[in-house]
Amino acid sequence: MTEAKNYMHKSWWKIACVLLLLYTVIAGFLLKVPVLPILGETIRNLYFHVCMWFAMMILFTVSVVYAVMYLRSFNLKYDIYARQYAAVGIVMGVLGYATGAIWMTYTWADPNNPAFQSFGALAREPKLIGAAIALLIYFAYMVLRDSINDMDKRARISAVYNIFAYAMLFPSIWILPRVMDSLHPGREGNPALNQSDIDGGMRIVFYPAVIGWTLLGTWIATLKIRLALLKEKKMMQ
Amino acid sequence: MKSLNKIALLLVALVSSLGAAAQKDNGGLDSLMRSNNRIYVVVAVLVTILLGILFYVMRLDRKITKLEKDN
Repeated sequence: MTEAKNYMHKSWWKIACVLLLLYTVIAGFLLKVPVLPILGETIRNLYFHVCMWFAMMILFTVSVVYAVMYLRSFNLKYDIYARQYAAVGIVMGVLGYATGAIWMTYTWADPNNPAFQSFGALAREPKLIGAAIALLIYFAYMVLRDSINDMDKRARISAVYNIFAYAMLFPSIWILPRVMDSLHPGREGNPALNQSDIDGGMRIVFYPAVIGWTLLGTWIATLKIRLALLKEKKMMQ
Repeated sequence: MKSLNKIALLLVALVSSLGAAAQKDNGGLDSLMRSNNRIYVVVAVLVTILLGILFYVMRLDRKITKLEKDN
């Protein structure tokens, strides 16, 4: 399993990642945002919270592509790729969930109601439940993988499971939240992408932010892949 | 690795000298940091955290590259 030099060793996109993230933090806090009731300045969370979910979706997509590539070639290298991209995708998803929990505490939760009442309503949010299901399916992917000792069997079963997990993302985080009432934006179309949600001034920060956070996730994933390949090589020797 | 440490030292020196400059002269930097309801303080904190994390990832990258070369 000798590793040829590929995109993982190139530095231009890592530099781009650093610059884009610095731009995100600086421009994200200093540029003007539209003033909206309730949201106020918290709309700046768009550059961070929403980007976590975008990054998660892109990393899961990369993961499923590698899973399919494994099934076509039975090259164990692709199995390692798929696993590590999924792992970083899970981290991004958990961060998106955690930041969403903080954000909603100060925007959705009604301060006039007792805490348990307003949080009782929030717990029934279809978007939250959908995202939780999606993440749990990916947790199961990790548990399933690591419980199989035979390398080829593990790679095959987890590649197939990866495809099912990816397919489950669509009803749980794309379709269900769009057909049910929710406090979370997005029922009317694509949250954070359509005209009414986000104005031009925010777009010039939001798109670079998505790319920057995704590149950071990719960077961490490639580091994990390179470590796993090294470990693999050592075991072979 | 040596050159990386030098860059890190340079950065630390730069950042600490910024603080010193701010203390000496209350006109320039200090008023920038205190303007706009002190949002620049938040930006500085977040940039510091981000740079710290990115620097850490960069170091990991170099360590793994070295391991790959040794193998």
